[in-house]
Amino acid sequence: MARFVLRRCALVLPSLLGLLVVTFLLIHAGSADPAAALAGDAATPEQIARLRAQYGFDRPMGEQFLLYLGRVAHFDFGESAFSHRPVALDIFQRLPATLELTFAALLLSIGLGVPLGVVAAVKHNSWVDYLLRLVSVMGIAVAAFWFAIMLQLFFAMDLAWLPLRGDLASTMTRPPRLTGFMLLDALIAGRWDVFVDHLRHLVLPAVTLSLGGLATIVRFTRAGVLDTLQQDFVFYERAMGYRWTRLVWLFVLRNSVTATVTQIGLLFGGLIAGGVVVESIFDWPGIGSYTVQAILTGDRQVMLAVTLLVGTVYAAVNILVDVVHGLLDPRLMERA
Amino acid sequence: MKPILRKLARDVPAMLGLAIVLLVILVAVLGPLIAPYPGDASASHLLQRLKPPGNGHPFGTDNLGRDIYSRVILGARGALAIALTVVGVAMLIGVPLGLLAGYRGGWLSETIMRITDIVLAIPQLVLALALAQLMSPSLESAMLALSLTYWPFFTRIVYGETRRLSSSLFVDALRGVGAGTGRIVFLHILPNAISPVIVRATIGLGFTILVAAVLGFLGMGATPPAPDWGLAIAESRLYLPRAWWYATFPGLAILITVMGFNLLGDGLRDLVDPRIRRSR
Repeated sequence: MARFVLRRCALVLPSLLGLLVVTFLLIHAGSADPAAALAGDAATPEQIARLRAQYGFDRPMGEQFLLYLGRVAHFDFGESAFSHRPVALDIFQRLPATLELTFAALLLSIGLGVPLGVVAAVKHNSWVDYLLRLVSVMGIAVAAFWFAIMLQLFFAMDLAWLPLRGDLASTMTRPPRLTGFMLLDALIAGRWDVFVDHLRHLVLPAVTLSLGGLATIVRFTRAGVLDTLQQDFVFYERAMGYRWTRLVWLFVLRNSVTATVTQIGLLFGGLIAGGVVVESIFDWPGIGSYTVQAILTGDRQVMLAVTLLVGTVYAAVNILVDVVHGLLDPRLMERA
Repeated sequence: MKPILRKLARDVPAMLGLAIVLLVILVAVLGPLIAPYPGDASASHLLQRLKPPGNGHPFGTDNLGRDIYSRVILGARGALAIALTVVGVAMLIGVPLGLLAGYRGGWLSETIMRITDIVLAIPQLVLALALAQLMSPSLESAMLALSLTYWPFFTRIVYGETRRLSSSLFVDALRGVGAGTGRIVFLHILPNAISPVIVRATIGLGFTILVAAVLGFLGMGATPPAPDWGLAIAESRLYLPRAWWYATFPGLAILITVMGFNLLGDGLRDLVDPRIRRSR
């Protein structure tokens, strides 16, 4: 098991190195004076000169790359031209909000998607199946930013059931920041009202973000379960009088979810990318809205740091997916 | 009719997809001829601003009094042009690289495939945003950024197919009778590897329309007064909740168009690769 995990990690190393090269090249892409471009439009000549020295733009490329590696190793991503704070600090403070939203969306897509996929497969070619297939086709084709606005229009503006944007009502005092995860912080501080209000703010962004994943998970679970239902062991157990519901939800499901797990891993990238748009529409104080702000203000150091972060998270998730695969199907681990 | 086409014709979702795609192409080509107010691509009529649907404006009017129905129709051409350009350029980069890596092997193949893996390891939207921003935001840089992040999908597919085909008997036979490398690769391997590429391209067209809409929405793609769907939704946000129609209809246009390409792509995939057939 440990060897399997280590091996997977080793396989990711070249990708991470490549990611560093890509972001390094992005610094140089499309401008003659990378220091001026990095500093942003409002920079003073002194700031530009300082950046030039920091990055070593006057030295050979190889040396510049080593300098860059050293800075990344120390989590030094420079200073945001917009907030005038270290980019790493900004990201660190905003990361919990993004993780909270991402996990909420993931939980929704898996918690709803897997059971719905099983139902669609068991009742295949019924109206339930057709409806779920239609919904999953639309879920992949819908523009998340548009869906978000439609949800806001209906549930926040028209019905006024849920808050429009933000992460907490402005009238509420925030609980002391301990973990950065507002739900946890509220519980630790014993602020039940904050917990509920934050949860209400979480609903619409999480639903928006979960939609694409939900559609994909329904689709792959349905296909997987349909395939497994054809297998001999299912016929055998049924013939032996094994309880049908138990059979489906325990044994058929476990044998069907490998493809779904792969998809969940791939989804993670989509969730992070989708979060960029969803967070900015709902003013969610995470990495996504930070990214959009950086795009709009031309804050290049932030863009680079975010690209690096997202690529690294994505690689880590891929390792995790492989490990879960190995746990679900131990044959894979022996082969590797 | 060929059996393969008959099979496609029996696939109801795929035919629905085909119908939508044909409709979108038709609307894109005929755009200015069928739009009731073709001048509303750029004109503005301030007396008519933010009128609800009805009264000669089936989808209502926007903040500058322009007919939204006309602008949704006129937007089809831009959306399709962006998608075709992006997928076309991505294929021009990705397919030859895949052929090269698959047929040659060795360090060149390794290098190409590692680069492919790296680009695929970053979510496309994030990389495209970073690229488009570094190249100074405009429609051209958005299209270039999307192409530069989409080619690896084609490289990976073509690579796999080429590897499989180049060890097959007919390629050995061709080598035996002295056919040149270029001839084998372009006249014999490429036509045999092209079907999964077409499937990927079809789905890619829908996907690109979606991502391009996001870029437009974030102000990194089309610029006003272009009748771009994503841009229209971004502009509509200032006039909500009063002008619900302003955001609704361009979004529906995106949804239906992308759905059409996806349904058609799924149907084509079932034809090309019966192994991963959608179970029914």
